[in-house]
Order: sequence, then C-alpha cells, then structure tokens
Amino acid sequence: MATTQNRARAFLLAPAGLWYAALLMLPLAVVLVFSFGERSAVGGYAPGFTLDQYKNLPARAAAFRNTLTLAPLGTLAALLIAYPLAYFLAVKVSRRWKTTLLVLVIVPFWTSILIRSYAWIFMLGGKGIPALLEAIGIDDVRLINTPFAVLVGIVYGYLPLMVFPIYVALERMDKGLLEAAADLGTPPWRSFLQITLPLSMTGVLTGSMLVFILLMGEFLIPAILGGGKVFFVGNALVDLFLQSRNWAFGSAVAVALVVIMLIIVAFYSRAVKRFSASRDDVGLM
Amino acid sequence: MTDNNQPISRKKFMEEFRRYQKGSVTRRHFLGVTGLGTAAAVMGSAVPGFLPSRLNAQDLGNRVVLATWPNYHDPANFDMFAQETGVFSQVNVFGSNEEMLAKIQAGGSGWDVFVPTNYAISTYVEGGLIEPLDLSKLPNYVPSAFDQRFSDAGMIDGVVYAVPKNWGTTGIAFNSEKTGGVIDTWKAFFDGAMDRFDRRVMVHDYQLTTIGNALAYFGHSFNSVDPNELADAERLLVEVKPHLFAISSDYQPAMRNGDAWLTMCWTGDGKQMNVDMPEIGFALGKEGGEIWSDYYAIPTGAPNREAAYALINYLLAPEMNAREALAHGYPVADARTNALLPEELLNDPILYPAAEELSALEFGAAVTLTDPNRAELMARFKSA
Repeated sequence: MATTQNRARAFLLAPAGLWYAALLMLPLAVVLVFSFGERSAVGGYAPGFTLDQYKNLPARAAAFRNTLTLAPLGTLAALLIAYPLAYFLAVKVSRRWKTTLLVLVIVPFWTSILIRSYAWIFMLGGKGIPALLEAIGIDDVRLINTPFAVLVGIVYGYLPLMVFPIYVALERMDKGLLEAAADLGTPPWRSFLQITLPLSMTGVLTGSMLVFILLMGEFLIPAILGGGKVFFVGNALVDLFLQSRNWAFGSAVAVALVVIMLIIVAFYSRAVKRFSASRDDVGLM
Repeated sequence: MTDNNQPISRKKFMEEFRRYQKGSVTRRHFLGVTGLGTAAAVMGSAVPGFLPSRLNAQDLGNRVVLATWPNYHDPANFDMFAQETGVFSQVNVFGSNEEMLAKIQAGGSGWDVFVPTNYAISTYVEGGLIEPLDLSKLPNYVPSAFDQRFSDAGMIDGVVYAVPKNWGTTGIAFNSEKTGGVIDTWKAFFDGAMDRFDRRVMVHDYQLTTIGNALAYFGHSFNSVDPNELADAERLLVEVKPHLFAISSDYQPAMRNGDAWLTMCWTGDGKQMNVDMPEIGFALGKEGGEIWSDYYAIPTGAPNREAAYALINYLLAPEMNAREALAHGYPVADARTNALLPEELLNDPILYPAAEELSALEFGAAVTLTDPNRAELMARFKSA
C-alpha cells in the first residue's frame, strides 16, 4: 500500500521535478560550469578550470553598485506611489468605477515596455519636460540619460506589479474594523496606522519582493533611458555575452548576481517571518 | 470593359456595385463592366524581370531575415521586393560587428543575409560561419564594375564570401549652431566633451570606432592592440564618460532634437542629417579614423538561402542600388550604379571627401574584432 502511494506520489511529482531539472537546475549548472572556464580566442567559451573570472569581478563593481542602489530605491519609490493608488482603488472608489480604474492600471501592460520606455525618451529629452521647465525660467535641466531617468522608467514600468498585491490585501480587509475604531473614537490616522497598514503588509511585502527581484535583473530600462551611461548588472551581462563575447566572465557575473540575490531574499524572508511571528493577528506570506 | 474604353465613372461604378450586391447582375458582369477583372489579371502577371525566371519565385519562400545597420536601407525597396517575389523582408538592426558576431557564434541567429564590415569577414570565414557565395545566383554582381578597394575584403583565398554593399567613413557630426563651427579633430571632440560640450557628445556603442578614435586622439593607430596605447585610450574614455550624453550607435534621434551636439558618425547618417538640418555638418577627424566597406554575406545554414540570394541580387541591381544610395546617403563602389546617380551626389563632400582627407584613415584590422583586450576595455568603459 505504502509503495503504491509512494509510486503515485513520484508519478505526480515527476512533471514538476522535470520542469525544475530542465528549466532551472540545468541552465544554472551550465552557467556555473562556464564561470570557471575561459574566453576562447575569438570570443565565446573555452573549457578550463580557473578562478580568474571571479577574481575579475571587481571590474564590474560599478554595475553592482548601480543595481544595488537603484533597485531598492526603485522598489521604495514604486511602493510610495503604489500604496496611495491601491488604497484609493480598494477603499475610496465606488464599486461602479472600480473595474474601469483597475483596467486603466493594467492597460499599459498591453504595450511593450520597450515602446513605453521610448515614450519617456521624448518626455525626458530636451524637447520634453526640460523645455516646459525652461518656459517657467528653470534653465538647462538635463533629465534623459541620468540615474533619475532610469528611476522614473523603473517606477513607471513596475508600478502595476506593486499596485495589485497591495490592492488585493486592502480589498480583503474587513471595513467594519475601521467603523468600529471610529465608533470608539479612534482618529483616522491612528486607525490607518493600527489597522489598515498592518493588514495590508502582506501586499506591501509581496509587491516589494516581486518588483525588487525583477529590478535586480533589469537591463532594458537602463539601456534606453540611461543612454548606456547608467549601467546595471543586467547590462554588464548583455555586454559580456552579446558584445565582448566573454561567456566565462559573463557567467561569473551572473553567478555573483544570483548569490547576492539569494542572500538578500534569505534575509528578507527571515525579517518577514520575524515580523509575522510578532503579530498573531496577521498572516503573512 | 466600358464601350469607349474610358475608366468607369465613380457614379456608374457605385450603380453597378449596388446592382451586383442586389444580385441583379453576375460577378462576371460586374468585374467586366468596372474593369476590375482586367486590373486584377494585369497586376497578377506583372512581375518585372529582376529574377532569373518567374518560376523561381515559387522556391523562394515568403520570408527573408536581414541583419543590418541603422538607417541603411530604403524600406520602400523591401516593399517592392515583396511585391515582385512574394518574399517579405524582416530587418534586424545592430550597432556593432561584435554584436553580429556574438549572435552568429551563439548559433541559431535565424538570419539569411547580414552585413559584416570588411575587417570582420576573415573571422567569419575562419569560424566557418559564412558560406562561399554561388555567384551564378548573383548575376547583378559584376566584380569588374566595383572599385577594388571596397570589394577585395569579400574574397578570401580566391573564394568570394561576401559582395560589397557600401563604403564610407566614420567621422564627426556636429551641430554647428551649438558648437560654433566645424569640429574636425578627435582632440576637439574629446576635449570639447569634457568642457564646452559637457553632456552633449555621443560615442558609438562599438569598440572599433570608440576605442579607435580615442587612439587617434593620441596619434596612435586606429587599429592598435598595443597594451600601452590601449591604456591611453581607456584613460581618456573613462575620464570623458561622465561628460558624455550617451554611448549609443543610434545617434540620429538625439542629434536631431538637439539633445546631442556632437557625435561619432557614419557617412550616410551624416548625409541624412545634413539634408534635413543643414546646420548639422560632417567632418573627418584630422588625426585619422576609419574608412570601411560593408558587404552582404549569407550565414552558414541560413534558413531561407534562396530568398537570401534573391534579395542580395535584387539590391545589387544598379537601379535598385541607386535608389538605396539616394535614400541612405552612403557611397557605392559600383561604377554602374554611380552612372545612375545625380552629379551633385557624386560631388558631395560628405560622401566623397577629398583624397587627401581620406589618406589619414585606416581600414579596420581583423585583429581588433577578436582582440580580448579591446573587447574588455570597451566593456569596462561602459560599466565604469
């Protein structure tokens, strides 16, 4: 009986197992093996066993620095903008308008991020916002191809991913709690801090993790709005694989990025666990 | 057909159309009386003779994938090619030969035709990445019509692997209203970037030209792979980087809207911008720089090989080549094509600089494409 059960379990797990092996472990293993190899004479990968690629990592310090500052900053900025929007959609908007407004949040996703980022080139370029600022007397503002432009693009591109988890958390919240608090004389700001915010933390933490992980691998927005000057690890990878054709070093950079991500995510989920353990009223992640 | 063989009037056409809709006349009558039937028959058979034979059209498939450079074709010509052969061209644009090489090396590029520059061809041949061309399928390529300087890189050990597309130079495009005059040295280019033209200057996202022109700044060879000379170039590039507007090979948009005032620039882009905005000029760096020729080649294992030959042959027909040149402003090495081009284009100082200006320029050397130090220098510069 037990063996039949085990066999059935193995059978049912097989698709997921295969999926993990073929699409996750195998590529990672290839990258790991490549990272100990060398660049072949005309570019590409040549087998070998050396730690040179890892020793050369400091040559991409600036890319790691940029990613590790702009990804958290972008996540934070997206959160600060997404929260009021999600709150408005979940709590303030009447049922009649809710669907329409939610669809409006999704609509940009129907167009490629590439095209939407190009639109920002014009808005941030000399004929866009800087021209408007000049009209009111603020001269020579340069926005395009700066870290600020990349930040704007990031927040714009990833905002919906932040809005939706927070919206769902707020939507599920029992509005009766707020009424009860008000009946008992709690001022609105206090019931926000003591009820709404804690109950929406699930969404905040999910959204932040989602956006942060994607931002760590971002390369398109910095390439378009950073003009090749604001360089993420993603851009360094694109460069190493598609221009200088140093697959070995590229793999080492990729491994380093994965390791850094794992460390950050581990710390993050520990912090989240500690947070949720401290509150028995909120179930988190 | 109408009785007097005149085109049918609009009113009459609508009357006939209503009658046909109501079913009171047959489709045959409708097509006949309106002339639509004849028109359809004529259009169906009208395939001009660019192809060796019409029967071939069936073998071409319906798709050809071309990897090329920015602003390097007249899209209308692809439409004409599609009309005449049923083959639609899918165009991918690249910013450097390194990028093209990386795609092909990785395998599965899916390209049928691509446009390598002179110095890249030997690397492709050594790697078995491009096929020898079957010249019998390219009757429009007549070697004797081409200027040898711009066609000989396509032949390696007596075998033709690539046929010439265009040649040109890599110089400096400047917006004279902003720069206050001609910028024609790499010294003025890089020094200006760090001074008067702060965050108004663009360099290519391309190691050959960006490193090469930085080398020219010091009076070194454009093609140098000497570690000390490359160190000079790296020092300059890293120092200038915070002062650049962007590192990109797609510089026309920023130049045209005034965000950038100065850029490394290929001949045809310089010409295109100059035509639309006369204040944008083009000059060659006095210290040196690049002269180049581009070629059509077919990657090994191209999925639509026959369509690839048809497209190359089509674009090499002198009348098509002339149409292309009029649109993109790059010089052609084909005497037959030049005979069709207007005099003022052939005397244009951007396209055909004086011989003494060209003498300082160098063709890219094959070693620069594969040299690991140049590749890593460029990558370090970009990630600095």
